[in-house]
Amino acid sequence: MNIPDNLLYTKDHEWVKIEGDNSTIGITDYAQNALGDITFIDLPKVGSIIKRSGRCATVESVKAASDVYAPLTGEITKANAELASHPELVNKSAYESGWFAQIKAADLSEKSKLMTAAQYKEYVQGLSK
Amino acid sequence: MRNLLSYTPGKFHEMKFYSMVDHANISATPLIEEHRSLHAKLAPFGGWMMPIQYTGIIEEHLWTRKHAGLFDICHMGEFLIEADLSKSNLERLVTIDLKGMSVFSCRYGFMLNEEGGIIDDLLIYRVSDTRWMAVVNAATIVGDESHIRKHLTGSTRFENVSGILGKLDLQGPEAGAVLTGLAGADIGKLRYYNFGYFDLLGEKIIISRTGYTGELGYELYMPNQKITQLWKKILLDDRVRPVGLGARDTLRLEMGYSLYGQDIDAGTSPLEAGLEQFVDWNKYFIGREALLKQKREGLSRRMIYFMANSRRSPRHNYQIFHKAEDVGTVTSGSFSPSLGCGIGMGYVSGEIAPDEDILLSDNAISISAKVADKPFYKDGSAKF
Repeated sequence: MNIPDNLLYTKDHEWVKIEGDNSTIGITDYAQNALGDITFIDLPKVGSIIKRSGRCATVESVKAASDVYAPLTGEITKANAELASHPELVNKSAYESGWFAQIKAADLSEKSKLMTAAQYKEYVQGLSK
Repeated sequence: MRNLLSYTPGKFHEMKFYSMVDHANISATPLIEEHRSLHAKLAPFGGWMMPIQYTGIIEEHLWTRKHAGLFDICHMGEFLIEADLSKSNLERLVTIDLKGMSVFSCRYGFMLNEEGGIIDDLLIYRVSDTRWMAVVNAATIVGDESHIRKHLTGSTRFENVSGILGKLDLQGPEAGAVLTGLAGADIGKLRYYNFGYFDLLGEKIIISRTGYTGELGYELYMPNQKITQLWKKILLDDRVRPVGLGARDTLRLEMGYSLYGQDIDAGTSPLEAGLEQFVDWNKYFIGREALLKQKREGLSRRMIYFMANSRRSPRHNYQIFHKAEDVGTVTSGSFSPSLGCGIGMGYVSGEIAPDEDILLSDNAISISAKVADKPFYKDGSAKF
């Protein structure tokens, strides 16, 4: 299970990478593995406001449609256009080329609600018991 | 993302991953250790712990369309019946003509209740003048057995061999060449929907040229003690890969084949499902009167097939809208790996012409689609 140290995580298996004003979000390796082949991703529009824990994207795999929840509150500044024609990038590279969107976070103190890599790892291990 | 670990659509909505399951009420396929060693994702299906995927549904699907896929189908049920048609009620139990079947042929048909609802869809093999094998769905084995026993007369013999007979499906354009190497050149002489006895691993086993994928393919019936040996032997061939129930579902949906418990059940009739070709009106069968009444009065719903205008996939229980009116419900829907778009089927009231625009939606998702003909995938090798 790939869980990079430099990211923060939610219980719903989203990750966020905070770099100054800019935060990148996506879904974890654990999530893409559980979903199986991803076939379509409905991303939030640039300029839209997402709220922490609110639905911000939909991921479709061969077998199911699942909602993605925002790890932070903020405004979408960029969406990964590559995913429209290559949703399988999320299966191949959940933390790099399979990123979903970038946001300008409204309140970085929300960080405290997220899990560190070590916490997320422990959480995921608990799920598969 | 929430509820990651349960497959939502159709029968898969009942699925949970292996670690989350109440194991007391679940049977394990005799091949379960093989699946574990192949790192399959396992989930319960029809009361059985079965492999859903090995490397990935799309990869396994496309491999089957191009080469050959091997499926563990040990969960399905097999009944042996010895019945003289003139003295037994066997004909009454199924919608297809049995007396016209030649020995070593198989037919697909239905067992109906008095209301014309489908108790099960099944494959009947004529083994000799008086001996038959019925192959039934896993979840319906118990109900089917009691229904058949209730109607068979004293002189007929019935044996449920589901617990001792295993079944593997080998499907794909290269399946014939693979199987010829294992069971001999006579495999090549089998015609579609025929079967024979073949020597394999010291057993004489039934192999039929049938399947659920639309490809050239075979179903092999081997006693459980040797099913692992057979599984391993077939997988030694580089042209063959193991394929799980996930790809089995997408392969059958691309052909427009119905899945029992999802597209058809005791509350739907073969006429509503558009499967009248498997109903023989020239004989008596249980449910015939009810079907005739449906024909006279007109069907209140019928199955349609549709293709999404995008990669979005309709799902089980999505509503179907035509001209802004709610006209029905999706029974099966998925992404089509061969076509690269969403496909599905479902019941609608009234008629909708081919190519008409429809909308498939649940609360949050809305997918535009067009009414289409089955099969969605038209290049299958099954009937060559």
